Amino acid sequence: MMRLPPFKYLPSRSVADAVKYMSDHGSDAMLVAGGTDLYPNLKRRQFEPKVLVGLRGVRELAGVRPADGGLTIGAGTTLTRVATHPDVRRDYPALATAAGLVSSPQLRNMGTIGGNVCVDTRCNYYNQSHAWRKAIGFCMKKDGDICLVAPGSPRCWAVSSSDTAPVLWSLGASVRLVGPDGERVIPISALYRDDGIEYLGKRRDEVLTDIVLPPADGWKSAYLKLRRRGSFDFPVLGVAVAVRLDGDVVRDARIALGAVASTPRESTEAARLLVGERLTIDVITRVADRAAAPSKPLDNTDFTHPYRKKMTRVFVGRALRQIAGLPESGGSSEEIA
Amino acid sequence: MTNEAFSVIGQPLPKIDAWGKVTGETRYADDLFLPRMAYAKLLRSQHPHARITRIDTTRAKALPGVFAVITGHDLPPVKFGILPVSQDEDALCRDKVRMVGDAVAAVAAIDEETAERACELIEVGYEPLRPLMSIEESLAHPEVRIHEYGDGPNVHKMVALQFGDVDAAFASSHLVREDVFFFEGNTHLPMEQHAAVAHATADGKLTLWSSTQTPHYVHRLLTKILDMPGPHIRVIATPVGGGFGGKLDPFAHEIAACRLSQLCGRPVKIALTREEVFYVHRGRHPVLMWLKTGFTRDGDITASHIRTWLDGGAYGSYGVASTFYTGVINPVTYKMPVYKFEGARIFTNKPPCGPKRGHGTPQPRFALECQLDKAAEQLGLDPADMRRRIVAEPFTKTANHLTITTIGLRECFDRVVEACGWRDKRAQFPRDNARPNAPAKKKGIGIAGSAYMTGAGTAIYWNSMPHSGVIVRADRSGGVAVLCGATDIGQGSDSILAYLVAEVLGIDPKDIRVHAADTDLTPVDLGSYSSRVTLMCGVAAIQAAGKLRQAIFDAVAKKLEVGADALAARDRKVGVADDWEKAVTFAQAAELGEAMHGVLAFAGSYAPPKRAGKYKGGGVGPSPCYSYSASAVEVTVDEETGEVHLDDIWIAHDVGRALNPLLVEGQVEGSVYMGIGEALMEGQIFRKGLHKQPSMLDYKSPTTLETPEIHTTLVETDDPEGPFGAKEAGQGPLLPVIPAIANAIYHAVGVRIDEVPISPEMVLKGLELKRQGKPARIGREKLPLMHWKDPLAVESAFGQPAEDVAVRPFGDAGPAGKK
Ligand SMILES: Cc1cc2nc3c(=O)[nH]c(=O)nc-3n(C[C@H](O)[C@H](O)[C@H](O)COP(=O)(O)OP(=O)(O)OC[C@H]3O[C@@H](n4cnc5c(N)ncnc54)[C@H](O)[C@@H]3O)c2cc1C
Ligand code: SF4
Repeated sequence: MMRLPPFKYLPSRSVADAVKYMSDHGSDAMLVAGGTDLYPNLKRRQFEPKVLVGLRGVRELAGVRPADGGLTIGAGTTLTRVATHPDVRRDYPALATAAGLVSSPQLRNMGTIGGNVCVDTRCNYYNQSHAWRKAIGFCMKKDGDICLVAPGSPRCWAVSSSDTAPVLWSLGASVRLVGPDGERVIPISALYRDDGIEYLGKRRDEVLTDIVLPPADGWKSAYLKLRRRGSFDFPVLGVAVAVRLDGDVVRDARIALGAVASTPRESTEAARLLVGERLTIDVITRVADRAAAPSKPLDNTDFTHPYRKKMTRVFVGRALRQIAGLPESGGSSEEIA
Repeated sequence: MTNEAFSVIGQPLPKIDAWGKVTGETRYADDLFLPRMAYAKLLRSQHPHARITRIDTTRAKALPGVFAVITGHDLPPVKFGILPVSQDEDALCRDKVRMVGDAVAAVAAIDEETAERACELIEVGYEPLRPLMSIEESLAHPEVRIHEYGDGPNVHKMVALQFGDVDAAFASSHLVREDVFFFEGNTHLPMEQHAAVAHATADGKLTLWSSTQTPHYVHRLLTKILDMPGPHIRVIATPVGGGFGGKLDPFAHEIAACRLSQLCGRPVKIALTREEVFYVHRGRHPVLMWLKTGFTRDGDITASHIRTWLDGGAYGSYGVASTFYTGVINPVTYKMPVYKFEGARIFTNKPPCGPKRGHGTPQPRFALECQLDKAAEQLGLDPADMRRRIVAEPFTKTANHLTITTIGLRECFDRVVEACGWRDKRAQFPRDNARPNAPAKKKGIGIAGSAYMTGAGTAIYWNSMPHSGVIVRADRSGGVAVLCGATDIGQGSDSILAYLVAEVLGIDPKDIRVHAADTDLTPVDLGSYSSRVTLMCGVAAIQAAGKLRQAIFDAVAKKLEVGADALAARDRKVGVADDWEKAVTFAQAAELGEAMHGVLAFAGSYAPPKRAGKYKGGGVGPSPCYSYSASAVEVTVDEETGEVHLDDIWIAHDVGRALNPLLVEGQVEGSVYMGIGEALMEGQIFRKGLHKQPSMLDYKSPTTLETPEIHTTLVETDDPEGPFGAKEAGQGPLLPVIPAIANAIYHAVGVRIDEVPISPEMVLKGLELKRQGKPARIGREKLPLMHWKDPLAVESAFGQPAEDVAVRPFGDAGPAGKK
């Protein structure tokens, strides 16, 4: 079988432990929570840390708590817990959906939401064994200096593949980071960078401790995921839509796209078109057409990239129809309006 | 014979190894641990095609913890291959690598990590050659040769056979269709990755435990590859965690483990990673097909002509047989008075293809069943009715000289048509789909039929010995041991042996211990392939058990002072039916038997009827009997996403007799599941000379969520060739599912996809063509330029009566078989 590389494992009992270990060992160290992303990656030598700082023993990281009218979810909370938590399901249904669609039941029992938010970007030239990558020629994300998807490109286009990231983005969530210099809370949009290698806007030695969800008043949300199979597969397109309604008129809206770039992408312009409108089939169709614009998939995941782009429009339409209580497809504006 | 006449046969019993499997007790090859065992790894080529200029193992050998390092030069300089006609493999490549994944060196070390590190220290010099990654590329570059042998540059094998005058028949047909189809290659994906333990002992002998489907062929070939006497090698097949044809060749890892063990004097284990399993492959050939079929106004077939191009990958493997199978089996389903077949297998720099469940037949089956649907539409016939009408006749010969015995295909169609509500749905779905403002999800239903062989009629190497043997041994404990060379690969062959022997002896299957697949202890069985085991071992087992029963009856008859003919065996007793009080227990009966005859051990042997057609190539295709299946599939196609959702699958399978209906249903459902994957997602795709997705995550194979309810009906035709009438069930039911899905998609959205796997992108592209008013067909159009050799012209044997039914060279199942 594929073997893990040798490393030293430092179990933390507190966030303070973890921060200390991380700053002690600098770039030799990595954090590990459920390990469902990191360990397979280690087997393929996508990372070769000398030290792993374990978060599983940090009690304070797990749990869902009400805070300031919203919810705070500890980074160590398992995806199964997030998907089944009654408050999450009631107030942030898209988040429960997304967490419940991650990989498989076994991995959701081990995998944490913190790990999901920080999950490595993916590319089918990169998520391969060391021998395979050597055979095709290493790329700049690990061991090499070119991009095999976009030769000539100075950057890596590996794909942001978290299911919860676009949902948290659309919900306006923030994250709490604790590092050697103390703690800070930043909007989730600031956690991500449009770069396949340095995809996180946080320092290596900062631990993500909480996900902070704003009050849900009036917001409705939905998440749709494109993948080949109903389980296991990472998203190759995730569409997260959140809409605040006043009666049947849209007051505020956010559309975030996952897995079509190195970071979640927001369809700001399309969302703006919704404001002040009723969610009719006509309006939804118009918005969906626009929403695909920031979707920039390349040929480095399952399915063809033109297909993923095409599906962005369909999925945005369907997510909005879901929120509006309309049938997934079909019908005409006259009939339903 | 009705099922009531049996006590064990026909019962839905658990498999005898079920407890071990579900509790984890079963010891697979990778669960074996021997004292002082070393661990081995292979160094594999990272080039698709290259000459090896140099191999230096010095640094690897110097690494602490390394026991032995070998290259091809540490093995006798002989090429090998599973078929005598394709001896083209080196366990460790000496001069040239032909694919990414070819093994070039091997290391045995104290643990896997050390072996892996040592592999990285081996320096191999390569001189890259142009990789040929497709049929077209290999044919277009005759100046680049993957192998030096074959029927032309990069053409491994070419076959051309003609049975009767097809051109004349086409000329007088009402409708002649020519269509091109493509079937992408895919792999077996067994849950258990290949593993082996080799132990060369101080006495100069060698034992190999391996997850293999064919210990006999591995044994035979090891004597050649290792240049050792056969009696000094013992091969034991460990329980196989899924084979599907992927564990049917001798492999580099087995051979390397043997040689390493000889060199380091320790047992050596080797276990492949999932990625390596993709390289070992021997899976479904990608096949490009051109099919021309003539029809009468009523839908009868007048003639059929098929051309197939197989992408064989880097080595021969079973490829010559695979090539024939793309052409020879279609005629056993439907009446085809004249028939022509041309096939060619092309070498490419990819993992070698070979036998996967259905071996060579799912591809032409897909082509034929899709074409029949197109013809039915043109002729204004219902596709189910048309197929029913043209079903071949029982106990006749086909144009290509294959003998059909029983054929339950018409009944299979009837059962499926009735169960799925065919007539209503064929009419209703189009009406629903056409409603204004209907949702994007359209429903459709499609149908297809198929056939598969129950065991190859000839062995891989020519011989006149039994294909299967069984020894049944009983003693005073009342226990019975069954010894047989067959390998249980999950299909339940150990259980079948126990049921058959228990039935004959009137005891419980639990009283029987099956010892299988050990070349030292068990009679030769050729292996678990071509759906041969239940029939061949089964007949041999009934024969052996019948002899044992006769011996016991003789002894009990003497004791009870009755004629042996008056005795019956049931409920673990032997006695006279209407004087059952006096019946003796089976243990007592065995004691009496031992006292009368000495040791109670009896053998049964089986070889198939000799029916090879009397022309060159006539040896591939004949089988004692053929199983038949029909399947209907209901789909929902999303016109906005192109996604195909399978709603329900109905399948009826003519199994001759269900020895255990639970097992047969399991085989049918497993086959259906595998067919779904081939139809909708599985593909061995390559990019820049490499397998694009050698992992379980990225090579998409369906999960339970993609698998719809499968409604299985078993049809029993009580075939005279089979043990108690049984035919195969492990492969055939895969076949109709794939074309039935394609036909259902067409019914739903009017898009013809003549290629599998069918992706959502293809469906959308087809819908786009339809919107533009163009023919809504997706698939290949161009065929490679190929100079076919003149066909061997043989007279059509179509319609001739079957001869030699149930004539077995080593005798019948015996009186017990008739009961
Ligand atoms: C077969 C398979 C299928 C999968 N399918 C999906 C899928 O469909 N969708 C999906 O989103 N993911 C998927 N995953 C990835 C993974 O299982 C999930 O993303 C999971 O949520 C990761 O959580 P974890 O706790 O296991 O993370 P880990 O593996 O422990 O860590 C992942 C990364 O996050 C960092 N990290 C973890 N916790 C923290 C923290 N508190 N602070 C800072 N950094 C941290 C780690 O250093 C590491 O870089 C799949 C994985 C596999 C193996
Ligand atoms: S996008 Fe380019 S650089 Fe990034 S992982 Fe893929 S091939 Fe490598």
